[in-house]
Amino acid sequence: MTNTLALSASEAPSGVGAAVRWAVVRDLRLALRSRAELGVQLLFYVIVVSLFPLASSPERTLLATMGPGVIWVAALLASLLSLPRLFASDFADGTLEQIALSPFPLPALVSGKILAHWLTTGLPIVVLAPLLGLQYGLEPPMLGIVTLALLVGTPILSLLGAIGAALTLGVRGGGSLLALLVLPLYVPVLIFGAGAADAMRAGLPTSPHFSLLVAGLLIALVGAPLATAAAVRIALD
Amino acid sequence: MLEAQDLTARRGAATLFTRVAFRVDAGRALLVTGANGTGKTTLLRILAGLTMPDAGTVRWRGEPIAPFASSLREDVVFIGHAPALKDELTAEENLRALIELTATHPTDAEVSAALTSVALDAQRKLPARVLSQGQRRRIGLARLRLSRRPLWLLDEPATALDAAGLDSLTQMIAQQLAIGGTVIAATHQAFDLPTERTATLALS
Amino acid sequence: MNFYQFSSPASFYPFAGRLAPWFAGAAAVLAIVGLWIGFGVAPTDFQQGEAYRIIFIHVPAAWMSMFIYLVMAFWGMLALSFNTRLSAMMAQALAPTGALMTFIALWTGALWGRPTWGTYWAWDARMTSELILLFLYFGIMALRSAIDDPRRADRACAVLTIVGAVNIPIIYFSVQWWNTLHQGASVSLSAAPKMASIMLLGMLVMTFAAWFYTIAVALWRARAIILERERGAGWMSALREITA
Repeated sequence: MTNTLALSASEAPSGVGAAVRWAVVRDLRLALRSRAELGVQLLFYVIVVSLFPLASSPERTLLATMGPGVIWVAALLASLLSLPRLFASDFADGTLEQIALSPFPLPALVSGKILAHWLTTGLPIVVLAPLLGLQYGLEPPMLGIVTLALLVGTPILSLLGAIGAALTLGVRGGGSLLALLVLPLYVPVLIFGAGAADAMRAGLPTSPHFSLLVAGLLIALVGAPLATAAAVRIALD
Repeated sequence: MLEAQDLTARRGAATLFTRVAFRVDAGRALLVTGANGTGKTTLLRILAGLTMPDAGTVRWRGEPIAPFASSLREDVVFIGHAPALKDELTAEENLRALIELTATHPTDAEVSAALTSVALDAQRKLPARVLSQGQRRRIGLARLRLSRRPLWLLDEPATALDAAGLDSLTQMIAQQLAIGGTVIAATHQAFDLPTERTATLALS
Repeated sequence: MNFYQFSSPASFYPFAGRLAPWFAGAAAVLAIVGLWIGFGVAPTDFQQGEAYRIIFIHVPAAWMSMFIYLVMAFWGMLALSFNTRLSAMMAQALAPTGALMTFIALWTGALWGRPTWGTYWAWDARMTSELILLFLYFGIMALRSAIDDPRRADRACAVLTIVGAVNIPIIYFSVQWWNTLHQGASVSLSAAPKMASIMLLGMLVMTFAAWFYTIAVALWRARAIILERERGAGWMSALREITA
C-alpha cells in the first residue's frame, strides 16, 4: 500500500525568524490558556510593592525616596518567581527534547521563548509600575523614569534569568538555587535601574544609567540566548 | 545509513553497554530489545545526538555526528518516552506545533487527514489534557505520518497502543522502509515486519 | 615538556602530588617575607597611620579573587570545547580558594574602611561588585553540589562561570568608571606606581605568596577530586592511598 499522504506543503526555510515566531506564538498561546498562573505572579508583584508602606511609616518624603527601589526589588522578585515556568513544563513533557532536536537554531528558539516570557511577565510589570508609583506619591517625571528604566531592564531580567532557569532544570533545590545563581547577575541591573531614579531625585543626569542599561541589554540579547542554549543542551544530556 | 562503532555508555558507576556496533542501511529497520534498565533509551538518545557516548562513534551518512549535529537534526524524527504534548493545546494544535518545529508547514487538510488516519478525528479540538494515554500516543503516530524524514528513532513506540494502533504503526514502519527510510526502535514488542529488512540488537 | 601527557587524571595525579609541596613551601617563605616587609619594614603612611598595613593582605587577596575566577573561566572554556574531565576538575578545585580570597578581601576591606573612612561598609561600585563576586563563587559551588551527574555538573558550572566573568572587568574598572569612595588604582602596568617602592614590593611579594598558595591548594584539592571521581578506574587500585 503506497503512502497516499504525499505532502503538498513546501519545506519552510529554517531561519532565525521562523524559529522565534514558532516559539513566541506557541508560548503566548500556552500562557493565555493558563491566565490564572500569570495573574497570580502579577498579584504577587502588586502585593509586595504595597507591603512596604505598611512596614515603615507612610511619611511622604520617605515613601517617595523608597518608591523606585521598592518597585524594582518587587519586579526582580516577581521575575525570579516566574522563571521556572520558562522551561520546566517543556522539560517535563519531553517538548524541550524536540525543541533541541529541531533543525531551527536553538538560540533562536530560546530567544522566542524568552520574548514570550517577557511579554507575559516583564511587560505587565512595566505597565503597572506608574500606577504603583502613585501609591508612593511619585511625581510624573519620576514615574516616567522608573517606567522607562523598567522597560529597558525587565528584558535583561528575562534574558539573564533564562540562563539560570536552564542551568537548574530538574536539579535539587530548584527555586532557591535559581535565585542564588541569578540574583548576582541581576544586581547590576537593579543598581543602574533604580539608580536612574536616585539620580533624577538628586538633580543629576540619568543618561549614564540608561546608557549602561541599554549596553547591558545589547550584551544580554547576544549572549544570553547562546548561554541558555548551551545550558539547555547540558540539561538534556 | 546509520553506523555505530564501539559504543559504550555508563550511568554513574554502572556500565550500561560496551562496544556496541551495528550498521543499518537505507530501507532497513533495527529493533533494539532488552530488559528494562539495559540502556535502550540511552542508546537511542546517543543515536539522536542528545547525549554523548562514553566511548565510540556514530556515523550518519558517513559523517561522524557530534551531539546536536545539524545534519542529524534535519534528518531525524525522535519519539521518546514522553509524547511531547502540551496539556493546554488541542490535539490538532499539538500536532501542528510539533510538525512546524521541524521547519515544515503542513496544510490544514494534511493535519486533519493525519489525525483521521489514527482515529483521532473526533478528538481534534480537544485539549490534550483529556486524552487517554493511547490517544496521546496516536498523536505521535500522526506525527510520523506527516514527517518526511529519512531516520526514525522510536523509543517504545508500541506503548499504550491497542491492536488497531499497533497495526497502524507496523504499516507506517513498513512504508518508511519501502521508501528507503531507516527505522531504529527500542521495543519489547514483536513487529510484523518483512524479516529480510529487519535486524535485532539485544542489549543485556 | 609535552603538556598533553598530563591531560589525563591518571598522569596528572602523581605530577600534582610532586609539585604541590614546592608551591606550598614557596608560598610560606614568601608570606613570611611579605608580612615582615608589610608589618615590620615599611614606613608608617603619612595619611592613614598604621591601619594602612592591612593593604598587604587586602590587595593581594582582591587581585587573587579576580584572577582565580578568570582562571576558572579559562578551564571552563577548555572543558566545554574539548570535553576534558581534568579541565573541569581544575575549575572545581579552584572555586573554594577563590571564594576564600574574595571573603578575605571583603573582610580586610571592612577592617580597613573603619579607621580610614569611618565605616565598615559602603555600597560603592568596587565593594558591591566584589560582593557579587563572592555570591557568584557560592552559586558555582552550590550548582556543582546540586547536580548529581559529574559530567553535567562540570559543563553547567563552566557555563555559569563564563557568564559571571562579565563581572570581573566591572570590578576592575569600577574605580575608574565611577567617582566613588574607593581609592583609585595605585598600581598600574603603564604609569609609575604612586606609592613608596617598599610598600609596592611588600604587596607584590604577598601577591606571589597568595598565588603559590592557591596553586598548591588547588593541586591538592584536584588530587582529592580525582580520587573521588575516578573511583573504579584501573590505575587507582595501584595507589598507596587506596591499598594501604
